[in-house]
Amino acid sequence: MSELHDVPSAAQLIEAVREWLERDVLTSTTGRVQFHTRVAINVLAMVERELELGADQRATHAARLADLGVADDHELARAIREGRLDDRLGEVVAAVHASVVEKLKVANPGYFESR
Amino acid sequence: MSDASPASARDALAEGLARVLGTPVENLVRLSGGASRETWSFSAGGRRLILQRQRSGDVRDMGVEANVLRAAHAAGVRVPELLASGTADSPIGSSFMVLSHVDGETIARKILRDDTFARAREVLVGDLAAALARLHSIDPSSITGLPATDQVAQYRTTLDDLNASLDQAHPTFELAFRWLEANRPESARRSLVHGDFRLGNVMVGPDGLRAVLDWELAHVGDPMEDLGWLCVRAWRFGSASPVAGVGTYDQLASAYERESGLSIDLDVVRWWEVLGTLKWGIMCMIQTSSHLLGLARSHELAAIGRRVCENEYDLFLALDGRWQGLGVK
Repeated sequence: MSELHDVPSAAQLIEAVREWLERDVLTSTTGRVQFHTRVAINVLAMVERELELGADQRATHAARLADLGVADDHELARAIREGRLDDRLGEVVAAVHASVVEKLKVANPGYFESR
Repeated sequence: MSDASPASARDALAEGLARVLGTPVENLVRLSGGASRETWSFSAGGRRLILQRQRSGDVRDMGVEANVLRAAHAAGVRVPELLASGTADSPIGSSFMVLSHVDGETIARKILRDDTFARAREVLVGDLAAALARLHSIDPSSITGLPATDQVAQYRTTLDDLNASLDQAHPTFELAFRWLEANRPESARRSLVHGDFRLGNVMVGPDGLRAVLDWELAHVGDPMEDLGWLCVRAWRFGSASPVAGVGTYDQLASAYERESGLSIDLDVVRWWEVLGTLKWGIMCMIQTSSHLLGLARSHELAAIGRRVCENEYDLFLALDGRWQGLGVK
C-alpha cells in the first residue's frame, strides 16, 4: 500500500508522544497532574492498539453482522430489543460476545487477566 | 461570588458557617469537589467537622439526604452525626449539611491492599452486611421526600437518551435488558435503599467499618439492590473476592441473614448485580458524554467512554451459563 504521508506514521507519532510522557512528564510531576499524565499515556496506548488492530476488527465485525442479517450495531440492537432474532439468540449472544472481546483488546487488554 | 478570589470566597464561607453554627470556624480547607457538590473540612467548638454543599447555582436540595441520615442514625447505622443542614437561602448560599468528622480511609485500593487494614478485611463483609440489614429495617415511609423510581425503567430511559445523543448502540446492553425483564424477581419487600453502597462510599478503620457515607442516591426499593451493587465487579477493585473485594456471596448472605433474621435468595442478589453492572456501564457513558457534549472537557472523562466495554464483558461473565431465561441453549 503506497502512503501519501512521510514517516513517521500516525502510530509512530503517537508512540513518540507517549514515550515522552512516560520518560519525562510522569517522573517530573506529582498528584493530580501525574495522575492525568498516566491517563493520557493509557489513552495514547489505546489509540496505538486501535491503529494496529482496527482495520481487521472492522472487517470481522462487518462479517459477523452480515451473518446475522443486520447492517450495523444499531440494527442489531433494535432487532434484539424487538425480539426479531429470538430464534437465533444463541448465535446473537456468541457474536455480541466476540465483538465485546475485540473492543476490550483495544480498550484495555489487561482486563482479561484482571478480576 | 464569581469574581471573588479563592481566599475571600473561603472567608465568606467561614463566616456563613460561623453564623449557622453560632461559633467561630477555623482551618476551613476544601477536600474535594465532585461534579455537583463540594466537601470541606473545618473545626468549630473543639470538634473536627465536615461541610458538604451543592455547588453554587445547583438548585438540588440536600434536605432528603439529611432526613435519611437522621433516620439511619436513629436506627443505629454507623453514620456521621448530622449537626446542621439548610437550603440555598441560608448563609452558606447553597443547600448544605454539616457532619461530624469520622477518622478512617475511603480509598478502596488502600483498604484492599494496605497492611493497616488486614484485620478490617477479615471483618468487613460481616460489617457491611450488618449495616445493610440495619438500614433496610428502616420504614421508608418515615422519611419525607424519598424517591421511588423503578430502576430498570429509569436506566432504560437514560440509555435511550444517551444512545440518541451520542449516536451509539449497545447490543450487549439490549441483551442484558431482555434478560433482566425475563428474570425479574417476584415483587419483594420495599425498604430504604442506600443506592451507592460500596467501597469508596464507606469509612473504614483498621478495626472495620466506621461509617456509611454518601447517601445522596437513597431511595425506596428492593433491599437486595444494595447487596447486588456491592457485588458488581467494578467495586472489587481488582480483588478476586466477589463481595466488595473482601468476601464471598455465602458470607454476605449468612451475615445479612444473621443480622436481619430474614433469608436471602442469592439468585435475586445476582439479578441486581447484573442490573448494577449494566448501570455502571451506562454511568460510564454519562461521564464520557459530559466531555463529548462539552459540559466538562477532559481526557479523563473522554477515556471512560472506552471503559463501557469492560462492563459489557462483565455482563457476559455474570450471565455466563444463565442465558436460558431467554431461550438460549
